[in-house]
Amino acid sequence: MTASRAAHRYRCQLHQSAAERRAETHPLTWRLREDGAMIGLDEYLDKDGYAAVRQVLGQRSAADVIATMKEANVRGRGGAGFSAGLKWSLTLQGGDLPRGYLVCNADEMEPGTFKDRLLLEQQPHLLIEGMILGGYANNSRFGYIFLRGEYIEAAQALSRALDEARAAGWLGSDIAGSGFDFDIALHTGAGRYICGEETALISSLEGKRANPRAKPPFPGQSGAWGKPTVVNNVETLCNVPAVLRHGVEWYQGLSGGLSNDGGTKLYGVSGKVNRPGLWELPIGTSGRELLDRAGGMREGRALKTWLPGGGSTGFLLPEHLELALDFDTIGKQGSRLGTGLLAVVNEDQSVVSLARNLEEFFARESCGWCTPCRDGLPWTVKILRALEHGEGEQGDIELLEELADDLGPGKTFCAHAPGAAMPLESALRYFREEFERGVTHPRGAAHADPIPVGEV
Amino acid sequence: MNDTAHAIATDGDGFVLHPEDRQAIEHEREHYEQPQAACIEALKIVQRRHGWVPDAAIPAIAAVLGIGAASVEGVATFYSLIFRQPVGRHVILICDSSSCFLTDYEALRDAFSVELGIGFGETTPDDRFTLLPVCCLGACDRGPALMIDDDTYGPVSPDDVADLLEGYP
Repeated sequence: MTASRAAHRYRCQLHQSAAERRAETHPLTWRLREDGAMIGLDEYLDKDGYAAVRQVLGQRSAADVIATMKEANVRGRGGAGFSAGLKWSLTLQGGDLPRGYLVCNADEMEPGTFKDRLLLEQQPHLLIEGMILGGYANNSRFGYIFLRGEYIEAAQALSRALDEARAAGWLGSDIAGSGFDFDIALHTGAGRYICGEETALISSLEGKRANPRAKPPFPGQSGAWGKPTVVNNVETLCNVPAVLRHGVEWYQGLSGGLSNDGGTKLYGVSGKVNRPGLWELPIGTSGRELLDRAGGMREGRALKTWLPGGGSTGFLLPEHLELALDFDTIGKQGSRLGTGLLAVVNEDQSVVSLARNLEEFFARESCGWCTPCRDGLPWTVKILRALEHGEGEQGDIELLEELADDLGPGKTFCAHAPGAAMPLESALRYFREEFERGVTHPRGAAHADPIPVGEV
Repeated sequence: MNDTAHAIATDGDGFVLHPEDRQAIEHEREHYEQPQAACIEALKIVQRRHGWVPDAAIPAIAAVLGIGAASVEGVATFYSLIFRQPVGRHVILICDSSSCFLTDYEALRDAFSVELGIGFGETTPDDRFTLLPVCCLGACDRGPALMIDDDTYGPVSPDDVADLLEGYP
């Protein structure tokens, strides 16, 4: 390999040293090695690995496990923040019902998000353990890891870990002598952001176009091949072993009063900061603390605005850095915590250009199923490009506001377009003058001829 | 690249599924309740050997899965990493999502265009490189990021481009 290739090879790294991370306080990362190498089965077992499986399978009932998860209230770490325990409690099981599936959503593709990659590449056994426990609780017959196709190293790590687990009897029949049979297949994708939407993921898993599905029925009622299916994010599932091992009180205590939610969060920062990266911290940590850990803005530039957790969250202002980064606090401020990885924007960056880049992403990634998303998103791109080039027309901003509203929650088939609308609406609300500077023409073509064909 | 010594009759014009690929697809089917679920992996298996998925491969894959060719075509036209035209020996995927955008993706994109003399969606005349944009690669702390074949790189500056490409003959 040439020197250049080696020097620029991407390596996923946590910014906290091994000394900082302890089992009692860092359930997601305490086992991770300083050299970033994958933790194999032997090392995982040495570090209390599969202890929760031994403790739970055959010893506690599925109902009891679900009750504990509900009480712990682990909020979905994929971005929606929906309680995993509640989702599990709504899965149909028992009686004559067919057994269904436990699916891990490892399709991490939310702009600005790189936390699941760390867990998948370096600690795949923790995910497997979480999935075994989730499968047990939901009476699942089988599990799938839906992994985005681009995560090559994660696929290698997961394949190796699945082989190791199977060979040692942690997957297969009669796990730990419990009578519970469970195995997991790795399913890799071939692109498209919408595969991360849980019902679109199920469509993709079934080998179809990744169009989302109407809810109800919810996946817990009818999912993959019509069977009850639970879809959980990687980080969510990685929380499960510790919750069951150490209990609800311990889990709730991890946030140390910073939040009504319990647990830790794999937080991150990207953008022009001095030390972008990942940290596991109590949930409810502030943006201010994250930005400090990230070494502040590069070259002393001022912070203009920031996204709390992905391209589908709403922009916030510097004053909001004091807020607790949890689902309810950020939700109340008009944004969403999403994935909890901050993207930081400095004073040199045009918000109009950034909004254009974001909407180009969302427009391209529309699955095409419903009209408002398929046709509305490219329309916003057309207008944003015009404004960016100082070719905007009178009424463009009002039209963008109207479109953002028309693409809001409940008005489209899934949450993709509402996700696109959120950064647009907040950019217009906080930085209207920047957009106004792009208006130089009277009302005209953009309003009469909205749909650009084949442009995006 | 057709192996005529192991010809398997298909509906496609002259496209023959390599026996290893047929076997791999049949093996994939075993992981799912319905054979259609192996469709995406089947397309990836064919693409690994041929570099892209020609139209004639669609009915061949459909035959192995026991589903209609239209279903396979629907999938083949949805997924951005399934290529329906020939590509170069190496495929460059440059992340154009927000965190890379914030860390000077546009300058990097332009540097690649200048170095290779092509834009997105095009292949160099010598068939060495195809240049494409890609959604957030999950390497945001090292933006701007990109992939060349199975290798992920970041951060990459315009000055690094020529050296990086040297590693891909």
